[in-house]
Amino acid sequence: MSHLSFACRHRFPDGFELDVAFECDRRVTSLFGRSGSGKSSILSILAGLFNADYARVQLGDRVIADTDQKLFTRPEHRRIGFVFQDHLLFPHMTVDANLNYGAARESGGTDISYDRVVEVLELRELLGRRPGSLSGGQRQRVALGRALLSRPELLLMDEPLAALDEELKSRILVYLQRVIEEWHIPTLFVSHGQTEVRRLAEWVYVVDAGRITGQGRPSEALPDTRHDVEGGA
Amino acid sequence: MFNEAEWNAIRLSLTVSGYVVLFTLPLAIPLGYVLARKEFRAKWLVEVFLNLSLVLPPVVTGYMLLLLFQADAPVGRFLRSTFGIRVAFDWKGLVVAAAVMSFPLMVRAIRLGFQGVDPRLEMAARTLGARRTRTFFTISLPLAMHGVISGSVLAFARSLGEFGATVMLVSQRESTQTIPLLIYSMRDRVGGLDAIWPLVAVSILLAGAALAASEFLERRTRRR
Repeated sequence: MSHLSFACRHRFPDGFELDVAFECDRRVTSLFGRSGSGKSSILSILAGLFNADYARVQLGDRVIADTDQKLFTRPEHRRIGFVFQDHLLFPHMTVDANLNYGAARESGGTDISYDRVVEVLELRELLGRRPGSLSGGQRQRVALGRALLSRPELLLMDEPLAALDEELKSRILVYLQRVIEEWHIPTLFVSHGQTEVRRLAEWVYVVDAGRITGQGRPSEALPDTRHDVEGGA
Repeated sequence: MFNEAEWNAIRLSLTVSGYVVLFTLPLAIPLGYVLARKEFRAKWLVEVFLNLSLVLPPVVTGYMLLLLFQADAPVGRFLRSTFGIRVAFDWKGLVVAAAVMSFPLMVRAIRLGFQGVDPRLEMAARTLGARRTRTFFTISLPLAMHGVISGSVLAFARSLGEFGATVMLVSQRESTQTIPLLIYSMRDRVGGLDAIWPLVAVSILLAGAALAASEFLERRTRRR
């Protein structure tokens, strides 16, 4: 599996400072923390959607960003799949076209077939529909399938369960577990919910006020409480 | 109902408006996109220059065009000697004048169309491996299509009614009489005011039809 090495520093116009560095060599890693702690910005920098004052990103043996070397790999060349918090499905395309959008990319070694994704995420019935007619859970599954079909070397998920109610959360968690078990894609997800972090993540980085303040297995690193941290990323 | 001169004017007006849309659209789409998405130091200057013809008296715009395109002006001379194209006092001047006058309206509508597209959708496309060009043609442009349609129809309708800049650049000639120019020339003829009515009706009909078509297409695009 691809080892991820990440470091960034950035000062936002409102004075908020992000200064983090971490490594991921587990299959599923979580960035856990309260709203506004900088978790989502980390994902954006990783995916190349946002230019930090300083960033160094190494995925496997590929350095895809290094500010010191003036190296910046464009998002389309990073091979990093992104499941956005609000899905960002293309509203003018059917589910089928959404899924196929990233499928044109050459395979990065991960063998992910369209039929298998449709089967695992139970999308067959939705293929001809447009995103506007889907429920939140269905959209989440399509967004996940679309990111998978771009055959990423690393999968990023920004609060994959934040917008869902409790019942839907547990159903989507099942799909996420299926995906993780089926394709073994290294996954980094942002969350403020302990339930999904405990169920999915093998390693957790606790992010607070733009810094990493703790790390470990979920059972060690998470606060000893059943309550989630308030607010989202 | 219409005499030959009136038919010619209707045909010429429609042709000129069609050319205006055809020639300005490839310029207006990228410009609308850049103005909607990019921030750069000289942006205000581009905006001022772009919108100048909206606020200047049309005859002033026409006068400046004449200074540029007349036979002994540098641009006019260049076009004539290189491509054999004459703009001033020619039907091509009708297209140039109408294009200059309607371009800001077209760009404005297209820009609004692009501003309505969530830029994060473009980011999502990039993470799926789409380069900028593919992202533009498969995400940004289709989602901004209602703006492109609106802009095209507005430019078409504005070109149908163009008078001030045209009369300066092309002048009143039989071969270059569009609907507004013909209406103006008929005004001083005996019984002209009564004879103008069919052309006035056509003007209203064409403008109304263009706007109705724009509304219909825009609604259909939005529904998709």
